[in-house]
Amino acid sequence: MERLVFLLSTGLARGAVLALFALSLVIVYRAARAVNFAQAAMAVVPVYVALAVTSAGGSFWLGLAVALAVGALLGAVVERGLLRLVPQETPLPGIIVAVGLVMVLQAGLAMVFGPDHRPVHAPFSQRPFDVGGVSVLSPYDLFVLVVAAVVMGGLALLFSRTSLGLRLRAAAFAPETSRLLGVRVPRMVTLGWMLSSATAALAALLLVPTGLGLDPHAADVLFVNAFAAAVVGGLDSPVGALVAGLAVGVLVTLVTGYASAAAAPLAVLVLLTAVLLVRPHGLFATREARTA
Amino acid sequence: MSTATTSPATSPAAIPATRLLLRAGLLTLLALGGTFLLDPYRNYQLATAAGIFAAVAGLTLLVGLTGQLSLGHAVLMAAGGYGYALTATRVADALAGSGAADGVAGLLLPLLAGVVGALVASGALGVLLGLAAARLRGPYLAGLTLALVIALPSVAGTVPALAGAQGVSAPFVPVPDALAALIAVEQWHAWLAILLTSCAVTPLVALRSGRAGLRMRAVHDDETAARLAGIDPGRVKAGAFVASALAAGLGGAVLAVVTQQVSPGAYGLGFSLLLVVAAVVGGLGSLGGAAVGAVLVTLLPWLVDQATGALPADLGHRLQGNLEIALFGVVVIVVMVLRPGGLARLVRGRSRNTSLSTNTER
Amino acid sequence: MSTLTIDRLTVGHGDGAPVLDGLSLEVPDGALVALLGANGAGKTTLLRALVGLLPARAGRVLLDGADLSALSTEDRVRRGLALVPEGRSVVVELTVAENLRLGALRQAGRPRRGPAVDAAVAEMYELFEPLARRRDAAGHTLSGGERQMLALARALVSRPDVLLLDEPSLGLAPLVVARLLGVLRDQAEATGLTVLLAEQNVTSALSVAERGVVLSLGEVVADRPAAELAADPALRHAYLGF
Repeated sequence: MERLVFLLSTGLARGAVLALFALSLVIVYRAARAVNFAQAAMAVVPVYVALAVTSAGGSFWLGLAVALAVGALLGAVVERGLLRLVPQETPLPGIIVAVGLVMVLQAGLAMVFGPDHRPVHAPFSQRPFDVGGVSVLSPYDLFVLVVAAVVMGGLALLFSRTSLGLRLRAAAFAPETSRLLGVRVPRMVTLGWMLSSATAALAALLLVPTGLGLDPHAADVLFVNAFAAAVVGGLDSPVGALVAGLAVGVLVTLVTGYASAAAAPLAVLVLLTAVLLVRPHGLFATREARTA
Repeated sequence: MSTATTSPATSPAAIPATRLLLRAGLLTLLALGGTFLLDPYRNYQLATAAGIFAAVAGLTLLVGLTGQLSLGHAVLMAAGGYGYALTATRVADALAGSGAADGVAGLLLPLLAGVVGALVASGALGVLLGLAAARLRGPYLAGLTLALVIALPSVAGTVPALAGAQGVSAPFVPVPDALAALIAVEQWHAWLAILLTSCAVTPLVALRSGRAGLRMRAVHDDETAARLAGIDPGRVKAGAFVASALAAGLGGAVLAVVTQQVSPGAYGLGFSLLLVVAAVVGGLGSLGGAAVGAVLVTLLPWLVDQATGALPADLGHRLQGNLEIALFGVVVIVVMVLRPGGLARLVRGRSRNTSLSTNTER
Repeated sequence: MSTLTIDRLTVGHGDGAPVLDGLSLEVPDGALVALLGANGAGKTTLLRALVGLLPARAGRVLLDGADLSALSTEDRVRRGLALVPEGRSVVVELTVAENLRLGALRQAGRPRRGPAVDAAVAEMYELFEPLARRRDAAGHTLSGGERQMLALARALVSRPDVLLLDEPSLGLAPLVVARLLGVLRDQAEATGLTVLLAEQNVTSALSVAERGVVLSLGEVVADRPAAELAADPALRHAYLGF
């Protein structure tokens, strides 16, 4: 029982990171109708930069801010400099370019920073609180949950309450109609990519202290889990990404806790396969997803 | 709507079966003869490239003709490799137990049984994935196959027969006595690799130029129209995936013969992406391009190793295993941006480029 | 408010023969001109080319003498051109209010903010009362008439100088059409809006327009006052099919 409470609460913190990353996939999917298969590699780059900032004497918060900025910039560069150059009618060219980008970024990071794991320290203690004899969240887990909640709340406000959010949504749903209303659709697509990759960078930054450390592949499994979460949630639905992200996080933590860490990817694979075969458009999609 | 990724313009009219077999036989003989020109290490590389070629041929057919991208073909190769290794070992042990391990039968039986095992294993996985492929579009299938690659070590760790990260070993196939005086073991393995690969690729050529290929292109171009013409798109996509999986499985068997070892580490995400690189560089849909791509992904890492070996230790250590990956990534991006047809289109010249813009009218 | 000049415009799809070949037409400031013609006459092609959704092979589009030809769709809209495309182009994923706000974010090409946006949207609710009742409904739940109303309101709320309408009557009940066109005429009169109204429904279009232009196979074959056009049986029969 105590173990279950501990695993559930830890799972929520892991799930919050997953949900953030899944949300980043949803944002870019909504903006560009594409799954960014390079999201993991792109998210790790800003974390390396943040680590460089903190190890050069900068505070954790400065590193965080720099990581967000670098993430957003990288998103803009990738969208404008790469993906805009290939045909968009089918998803295939974009996915293949993303595969190439993954290879360039990951191999590039390994060449510049060396292939080894670099330890990353959390800004808060990772020792769990003790509540009535039961271990629950650590201060760092709490920090992760708060940051994730704030960011998701902020994004929700941005998309639903601001005129920029309205234009972002309109450009994603109906590009031609939006152009006819004076919305600069290409700019909105780029902004979507920037928001998405900054969010992914944040998720990777939050994840790294809980894992083995930073290496070019540090976010690969996060990507697969988040992709599963985003698909379960419907790819198009931010709420779906949130709920499914938390659920997948709890699932992974439970499987890791009760079976083994090695079994977790298998559980995610089974979940993803089941959902894709039973409800390919996810559990939360309100309407048929457009043909991707 | 098909774009850069098709190259139906390269499809020949249906080739008569005899001509096809003749051509395949000729090419195979040429390749077998070519092994005499190579030293043992080159023959080892050739055998490896042949195994990769089989898998890339399957992948390029799948992507080029049906527009479905699999990022997990390494796992299908691994399935073939495990199927080969487990079956061949079992049969070899049985033969040894009954004292019949000597002679040509003792040599060929485990090999053939292993190949059947490889086909069964990769075919079964291919059917499972094909069922998914029948219902899924681009990013979903790519994501699912990616999750599969990531989960391979878990699967190997969970299924006892696969022996975890260590992997399983495949029986060594020695040079038959009759040939022992003539060729070295590397060349013999290259022969086996060439024969197996031609068994994998020839059916793909027939498939592509035949009615099945036509149906795949129809489904790729316009699923609704294909459906109206009485084609079941799900069945076509699933069938394409299974055919592709079988070829990849044979490729896995080849690598198991050559390396006598199958482990999850050898079939990770990096290798899987290399298969995609080989297919893209050669030109999606082009089987000849797949051969070129396979040779490239086999040779370039070796060349880079040679080049970086001369560098200072620290720099060499950093570049090793990474420089070629970065180069491959750049090449893939450049090919997709500049010449979506890959090398196949480059070789055939500019006239084919027009098919890119007009292929909606086909 | 503005004069729209079309100067020897040539537009075609792909490599085929041009749909419009050197078409010239002037829609003067404040005029309401009906663009008539059978299916395939080139009405939709003309309107889409005017806003830049289709590239022109030759010729110019001028707004008050300023050449728009080199501008993107977004920039032409920002200069005061508006198109309500065929097929009730409502963003179905957004609500009625959000659709209207999207239109209201600009006024005559300049950004509009906060209270001004709300005021402009409120004005449209007064004009199109049924929309006010459904303001929080998602676009895909609207009826055909409501969608067309919303598409028109969304264009009007941005206070364009020139409004291009493509077949607003398509698939709507006659009463709904009459009401929509009535609002359109009143707005045009009240604000001095210049309107080019493409219609197959000749009678209702001519009932609100001052002038009618008949297109056939991409060429202007008649350009006369609306009443005259409606009264000419030979022309009606030859080009409009009744």
